[in-house]
Amino acid sequence: MEISRHWRLKRQRYALIGEVCPHCQKKIFPPRDICPECSEDARTLYQFSGRGEVYSYTTVYQAPSGYEANAPYTVALVKLVEGPMLTAQLTDLGDEPIEVGMPVEMVTRKLRSDGERGMLVYGYKFRPRLIEASE
Amino acid sequence: MTENQDVPILKPIRDVGIVGYGAYIPRYRLPAREVARVWKAGTGGLSIEEKAVAGLDEDVITMSIEAARNALDRADIDPSEIRAVWVGSESHPYAVKPTSTVVAESIGATPHTQAADWEFACKAGTEAMQAAIGFVGSDMAHFALAIGMDTAQGRPGDPLEYTAAAGGAAFLLGPAEISLAVIEGSYSYATDTPDFFRRAEEKYPEHGERFTGEPAYFKHITSAAETLMQAMDSSPSDFQHVIFHQPNTKFPKRVGRLLGFTDEQIKTGLLVPIIGNVYAGSSLVGLTAVLDVAEPDERILLVSYGSGAGSDAMSLRTTTLLPERRDRAPKTYDYISRRTEIDYATYARYHGKITMK
Amino acid sequence: MTMAQNAKTPNDVLIIGVGMTPVGEHWEKSLRELALDAITALRTDTVWVRPQALYVANMLAPYLSGQTQLGALLADFAGLRGIEAITIEAAGASGGAAARQAYLALASGMIDIALVVGVEKVTERTSSELEAALSTSSDADHEAVHGITPTAQAALLMRRYMHEYDIPDDAFAGFSLNAHANAVTNPQAMYRRAIQIENYLNAPMVSEPVNLFDAAPLADGAAALLMARTDALPESPPYPLVRVAASSVISSTVALHDRSDPLQLESVAESSAQAFQQAGLTPGDIDFFELHDQYSIFAALSLEAAGFATRGEGWRLAQDGAIAKDAGIPICTFGGSKARGDTGGATGIYQLAETTLQLQGRAGKNQVPGAKIGMAQCLGASGATAATHILCREDGP
Repeated sequence: MEISRHWRLKRQRYALIGEVCPHCQKKIFPPRDICPECSEDARTLYQFSGRGEVYSYTTVYQAPSGYEANAPYTVALVKLVEGPMLTAQLTDLGDEPIEVGMPVEMVTRKLRSDGERGMLVYGYKFRPRLIEASE
Repeated sequence: MTENQDVPILKPIRDVGIVGYGAYIPRYRLPAREVARVWKAGTGGLSIEEKAVAGLDEDVITMSIEAARNALDRADIDPSEIRAVWVGSESHPYAVKPTSTVVAESIGATPHTQAADWEFACKAGTEAMQAAIGFVGSDMAHFALAIGMDTAQGRPGDPLEYTAAAGGAAFLLGPAEISLAVIEGSYSYATDTPDFFRRAEEKYPEHGERFTGEPAYFKHITSAAETLMQAMDSSPSDFQHVIFHQPNTKFPKRVGRLLGFTDEQIKTGLLVPIIGNVYAGSSLVGLTAVLDVAEPDERILLVSYGSGAGSDAMSLRTTTLLPERRDRAPKTYDYISRRTEIDYATYARYHGKITMK
Repeated sequence: MTMAQNAKTPNDVLIIGVGMTPVGEHWEKSLRELALDAITALRTDTVWVRPQALYVANMLAPYLSGQTQLGALLADFAGLRGIEAITIEAAGASGGAAARQAYLALASGMIDIALVVGVEKVTERTSSELEAALSTSSDADHEAVHGITPTAQAALLMRRYMHEYDIPDDAFAGFSLNAHANAVTNPQAMYRRAIQIENYLNAPMVSEPVNLFDAAPLADGAAALLMARTDALPESPPYPLVRVAASSVISSTVALHDRSDPLQLESVAESSAQAFQQAGLTPGDIDFFELHDQYSIFAALSLEAAGFATRGEGWRLAQDGAIAKDAGIPICTFGGSKARGDTGGATGIYQLAETTLQLQGRAGKNQVPGAKIGMAQCLGASGATAATHILCREDGP
């Protein structure tokens, strides 16, 4: 049963809190403490808006253990409006077709359940924007 | 204390109101005819059209987070000022471990905050609101967040299965001066009435069938509503909107007529025909739907009902701050109109009714 | 020692023997037995000299076999108890990375003879556990936790590729057709049958747009190389000597999303450029390229990043037939991961063994005519690691 590693990451997982580099202003997600742009220390917290667009997407049918109950599910590379890209599931797709470039927004959802007795892991997923003009 | 004695209403030292509100209703819908198809029931007496069903990755925690974010977007305050995050539900994902700490963490309210889960069947959400009114009204806190949210369960084939739905709402309580609706007064009425219950460790609730009506739902709601209106020297015609707990379409309409309200007053907050009974969130999403459209200086009466049994009644008056704030987040009907119909098999899978082990 | 004296420099590193097991479902063989089979095949292939060091390339044994310390385990099991022995892990690039460590040890003069064994035993667990094990090659905190799999990551790249470049639906088919055509005559291959374009076009999707024929089948297998420095060769091996003309391992981000341009495999570009520089060669000098075709999109991106095609044009080499074994830039001459079978961390050792056979003129019906210089390159995950080697036949250029 994994507990501490998920607990440690709760701020970024639940709420998309990353970092901004105080030297070059690059927005960083996931947080990594050393700016990938200028290699300086970057530990200033930054709240991302949760808005982005689909860079690419696909469907997982053959899921890893711990994820079978939700299969098939859609995973994507999402480019946040602030710049960084991240990997996340798309959810609440309904019958809407997904497209590269589709605007999406962050929601906090269940990522996995560590067995019947283990902890529930929550984190970011993305869905088609609920309100078109919520930019 | 006897029933007939004059009872003072609940009124805090400083005036409290709703600073922000947010609804959440998941996107999936199970039509009642689909339940009837599977269980070979007739479709003549179906009390609702369809109910909202949570997706595979949703639960009371995730739904509460989204409703809370909507409330915060409307309030536009610093979340670190929220001194209580209280979630009322009868479907908390954990038996032990608070829903509220995850919600508080997600919205940035930690660590200087109270966090607790409330339980009182379908009135756990308004119970949390009452407590939040006291918390802010006593000046212990500037802001307190109260949420009523459920992913309600009904045993397969039970009449509850037609209506037991998922959804709810969050309310950020704060000083009346910056509120979009002021709490004019509230009142709670509770007795030991076992009309509906779920024993610890059991998956599905039991109910007393017709016993859930007269001595339970109707007795408690009418007592709470009448006591509050009497104490406030108000009558049904003073309110533009009234919202009752809505386990089906029939009960809230009937209790409204019993109390002297018109269908017109009930209409805006009556969502059960299209989303089902969202238990702890039931009367609260009715309130968000009303706040989505109400004009400033309108009066709203909210009366919840929780089995076991009790009712919380609240009288609210909207302010001039309402119109600009309601557009800052998705409205109740934005969620209701986002709709994907599912069949019973998909519903069974989403609700874990297909055993995978 | 005559051939050794022909070497260009006294410290050249040579591959003097290879051994491979068939790739497939070896239900009756354990991890250590597979490795031993490859070593045994190697011992009958060449002059056997007891190595001073064993480098084991493996990716999944800790998850699928519950086994670490493969170095000590396999050295002991192969009758080499007591030698220096360690495991090198870089996901799918483990094989190339292990060969690189052997190369460094030999070139440094600290080791004279090194044994490199790549082994992967994937049939010990059921598919969901295998997927979970494979997912450990991605960023556990930021990729794997979202339920992503290597196949899904390849699909993300392929979808984006198809989005950015206006390419036909069958653009990637040529990679699969070529791999299967070449595997027909490879006795070690898992799928020794050719496929037609209709098979490709009608294949079920495994993760859109990756279909069954875009994805290599994961299977059990082991391969071994015996490597030596020229001045340390005890006697002449029976075949033409094959020299390691270049060896390069380059890393990139583990997480796909951390790359500013995911369609540009930076590690492949840098590792290839470094290898060309070391060998004093250009892409035009390469007679064949054993690239990492775990997914067909990787083949296209590798051809582009390594300098064999311009950006967005890698797929054309497959469609134009330029990758066939008698064409311009033959790839996957023994079937590649697609048809020989994907052996995870052992892939790079299979590639180097096959490259050696080509250069020794021992590739049989898979022989690339006149092959003198071959390049082998394997990738960890979707290019987090790229390991590139250029091998030259010693009587070559």
